[in-house]
Amino acid sequence: MNSYAVDYSDVQGLLRFGYAALTEASFLLLRIRDARDASAWLASAPVTNAVKLDKAPPTAMQVAFTREGLEALHLPPNIIAGFSDEFLSGMWGEENRSHRLGDIGKNSPEYWRWGGSEKVPHVLVMLYAQKGQLQARREAIQDPAWDTAFEIMDSLPTSDLQGVEPFGFTDGISEPSLDWERQRTSADQVAYTNLSCLGEFLLGYPNEYGKYTDRPLLPNDSTSVGLPEAEDSPGMRDLGRNGSYLVLRQLQQDVRGFWQFADRQARSDPQAREQLAASMVGRNRNGDPLMPLSSQPIDGVKPAHPSNQFTYDSDGNGTRCPFGAHIRRSNPRNADFPPGTTGFFSRLIHNLGFAGTDLRQDIMSSTRFHRLLRRGREYGPRLSPEQAVQPDCSDTGEHGIQFVCINANISRQFEFVQGAWIMNTKFNGVTAESDPLLGNRQPIPGCAVTDNFSLPQEGGLPRCINGLPQFVTVRGGAYFFLPGIRALRYLAMHSPPT
Amino acid sequence: MTPQSNFMVLAPIAADRIDALRNLLASMNREPGVVDPQNALVPFGELETLHYGRILILDDQTLNDITAYGLPRVNYPTYLAFLGDFDGPPEAFFAELAQRAGDGLKHIFSHCVDFNPDGNLLDWMKARNVSAATIYVNWIGRTVQQVGEEAALHDALVSYVQQNAAALTGMPPTKAHDALKQYVRSEQQAGRLTLTPPQATPLGWWIGNLIHLLGVPLLLLLLTPFLLVYSPFFLIQLRRHEKSDPEIAPRIDPVHAHQLAMLEDHDVTNQFSAMGAIKPGLFRRWLLTFLLWVINYTTRHIYNHGRLARVSSIHFARWVFLDDKKRLLFASNYDGSLESYMDDFINKVGFGLNVVFGNGIGYPTTNWLILDGAKDEQKFKYVLRRHELPTEVWYNAHPGLTAYDQQRNTLIREGIEKESLTNTEAQQWLRLI
Repeated sequence: MNSYAVDYSDVQGLLRFGYAALTEASFLLLRIRDARDASAWLASAPVTNAVKLDKAPPTAMQVAFTREGLEALHLPPNIIAGFSDEFLSGMWGEENRSHRLGDIGKNSPEYWRWGGSEKVPHVLVMLYAQKGQLQARREAIQDPAWDTAFEIMDSLPTSDLQGVEPFGFTDGISEPSLDWERQRTSADQVAYTNLSCLGEFLLGYPNEYGKYTDRPLLPNDSTSVGLPEAEDSPGMRDLGRNGSYLVLRQLQQDVRGFWQFADRQARSDPQAREQLAASMVGRNRNGDPLMPLSSQPIDGVKPAHPSNQFTYDSDGNGTRCPFGAHIRRSNPRNADFPPGTTGFFSRLIHNLGFAGTDLRQDIMSSTRFHRLLRRGREYGPRLSPEQAVQPDCSDTGEHGIQFVCINANISRQFEFVQGAWIMNTKFNGVTAESDPLLGNRQPIPGCAVTDNFSLPQEGGLPRCINGLPQFVTVRGGAYFFLPGIRALRYLAMHSPPT
Repeated sequence: MTPQSNFMVLAPIAADRIDALRNLLASMNREPGVVDPQNALVPFGELETLHYGRILILDDQTLNDITAYGLPRVNYPTYLAFLGDFDGPPEAFFAELAQRAGDGLKHIFSHCVDFNPDGNLLDWMKARNVSAATIYVNWIGRTVQQVGEEAALHDALVSYVQQNAAALTGMPPTKAHDALKQYVRSEQQAGRLTLTPPQATPLGWWIGNLIHLLGVPLLLLLLTPFLLVYSPFFLIQLRRHEKSDPEIAPRIDPVHAHQLAMLEDHDVTNQFSAMGAIKPGLFRRWLLTFLLWVINYTTRHIYNHGRLARVSSIHFARWVFLDDKKRLLFASNYDGSLESYMDDFINKVGFGLNVVFGNGIGYPTTNWLILDGAKDEQKFKYVLRRHELPTEVWYNAHPGLTAYDQQRNTLIREGIEKESLTNTEAQQWLRLI
C-alpha cells in the first residue's frame, strides 16, 4: 500500500497547511471571460504547493473550479462526468439537497449573494499574504492577461480575529490528522481516532474503506501526458490524484443576536451567560472543551492541541456536554463500536445486535467516515460578547465566516456532517432542535418546533431553552474541485485553438 | 398485543397505460414525494390502522444485466405494486380499504391488464396478494393508535415540564415522577390524553407464532446432518460463483438520480424501494430462499423490538420474490437520509446486506458470503441507487416521528404506568422527557 510516497509538490498547500502565518486573505470568485486567456493564466499561475519550507512563504495562492468552470475551460464532457454527482449537481442543484443542508427559509439559495443557479462562480482563487502584503499580491497576479481572462464576480473578504470566530470562541481546534506517511490501513476501529486515511482528503489514495474514491481517470495517451498515474488502475492517468473537493460557504453570523439571546436567558448574569453560550458550543470561549481531557492519548491528536484530547464516552447522558452542542454534533468522536467493545466475541455479539438495549446505543454513525478538513476564515470586524450584549451597541459591520472544508467525498463527508448531524432535528435522540449555532429553526413535517436547545441535567429532567433565533445565515456557497498542480496544468490545455 | 400484518397487491400494467397510471398516481401527491393523506383516490389518512402505504410501478431498468451471464434479456411485465403495513388481521383492514378507497382503487387498477371493474374488488386484490419472503417490523405489537397516543403523551409532558420547570426540577426524581403521573392522570380524566391498554394477543396468531418459533429450529436441526455433509460442496460452489460473478456498478444516470432525489427528504423518515434480478441458476435460488427463510425467523422472533441487528432506524421492511424467484423486490421505511441509511448498513450490518443482496446480479463481489461486498462503499451505493425505483406514492402515518422517538415515547408511557420507581429509575425516566 505504501508503494508511492506523496509528491508534495503536486498537492495544493491548503491540504497540508492552514497558512496561519499569512493573516490576510481574500477569496476571489471569478467568471471566465475568455477561455484561452484564462487557460494561459492558469498554465503558469504561481499556485503554492504542499512542500514544507524552512520558513513560511510571504504569500500563497490556491485555485479551484466549479463544474461550470471546467465546462468554461472546455474540458470534455466525458471527463467532467467522472467527477462526483454532488460536485456535478452543485450545492444548490437539488431541492432535497437544499433540505438536507438546511438551505431553506432565509438560507435558501434564491437569496444567496453568489452561488445558486444565477450567480455561479467558475474559478475560486484564494490569496493569502502576510500582514500588509495582500493588496500588492493581488495586483501582482492581476496581470494584463487576467483582465481579459476573468471577470471578478465577488471578492470575499476575510479578517484576522486571531483564531477566534465571530461569536468569540477559539476556533479551528479540532482537525483530523492526515496519514501522509500512508501507514494507516482501514480496519474496524474500537476506539475513536483522529487520524484519517489520506484518501478521505486526497483523491487517488485509499480511504477509510480501503478504496479509491471515484474521480476522472484518463487513458494513457498523448492528451493526458503530464498527469500522475492512477494507483488503482494501471495504465490509466489520474486527473483527481493529489486533488480534492473544496466546499465554500459564506455564513453570516448575528453576533449581537447570539449574545443578546444568551444574555436574556441568563437574566444578564455574565457568568450564566458564558455558561449557556459554552454549552451551545461545547467549549468555553478559550477553547477548553466541557468534557474533561482524556488521560489516554488519542491517535492523531497532536500535542500542540491538547484541548482536542477527549471523547464523549464517559458522558452517555449528555450531562457534561449537551448532545446537541455544536462540537458534539459536528464531531461525535465515537468509534465503530460503542465504548467498551473489544475483542472478537464482543464485536460479534455486538454485530448480531445482542449487546444491550440502551436506547442511544448505535444511534450514530462512526465518526471516521465523516471528517472534514476545515480551512475557513473569519470576516468582518471584531465585536466582543461584552460589546454585543450592550443594548445601545452600535454594530454596523457584518460578521461571519467564509467556511471552507476539504473532503474527497462531498456526500459522505460535508453533506453528511451538515445534514445528518448539524441540521438534523433528530440527531442523537434529541428532538425539536437543530444545531444551536447553525440551525435554521425551520419546521419539519410533524414537528412545528425546531428552535429548542436541551441541556440534560444530573437530576433527571433536562433544562430546555426555547425560541432560539436563527443566528447564522447562508449568504452563498459552491462546491469546487481543488486540483493537484499537474492536474491544474492539464485543465489549462483545453481551450479551443485559435 | 396487536400483531402487524401487511399486503402487497401485484398486477401487470397494460403496456399502453403506464404513463397514464404514472400521472394518475402523481395526482395523489401534493408535490412529488409528499402524498395528500386525504387524496381522492386512496385517502390513506382515514385508514386508522395503516402505518405505511406505497404504490410503485415496477419498471426495472436493469433487465439487460442478465446478459452478463450470456442469457437473453427477459421482458417481464411492468407491474403495479400496492403495499401496506397495518395493525390487526387482514380481513378487517381490507374491508375498510374497500369501503374508503374502493372507487379510487378501481380507477388505479383499471390500468392493469386483467382488471374487471364489474367484478369484486376485494377478491381481485386478494388473488393478487403476494407474501413476502422476509418481513421486518421494528416493534411487533406497536399500533398506529399507540404511536399516536404516546406521542401526544410525550408532547403534553414536555410542555407541562416547561411550564412547571421551577417546581419540578426542585423535586427529588421520584417526587417529580409522582407529580407527572398525577398530571397525566388528570389529563386522562379530562379526556385530553388517552392511553388505551393493549388488546389481548389473538389466540390464533399466538399459536401460529409458537409453532413457527419452535418449528423452524426443529426443522433446521433435522436438516443439520444434510447441511453438514453438503457444506464442503457448498463452499466450493460458493467460491466458484463469487470468483466469476460479474459486478455491474456503473455511475448513476443523472436523470434517474434526479427522479429519486425529488422524492426524498421531505420528512425525517424516508422510503426506499428497489428491485433486481437474482443471479441465474439453482445455487443462488436455493441459497437466497434458505437465507431469507432464516432471516425471517430472526426478524419474527429475535429482531422484533427496536433493532435489526445493530440498526435501529428501520420502521418496516420486506423482501419479496417476484416472477418465480427470478427477481426480488425490497421495500423499506427508514429514518434519515439515504446516504446515512446506506452508511448505517455498510458499517453496521454489511454482512447482512451481503448474504441477501449478494445473490443479486451485479452486486459488488462478496467473499465467503459475508465479507467485502457492501464494504466497497461507492460501488455498493451505485448498485443500490441503480436498482432503486421511484416510489410514486408513499404514505407515512407518523410524520416527524423516528423509530427512536416512538421507542422513547413507549418508555415514557411505561414509566407513567408504573406504580413507583427507584431513585435511579426515576432519574433515567425523567431524562427521556
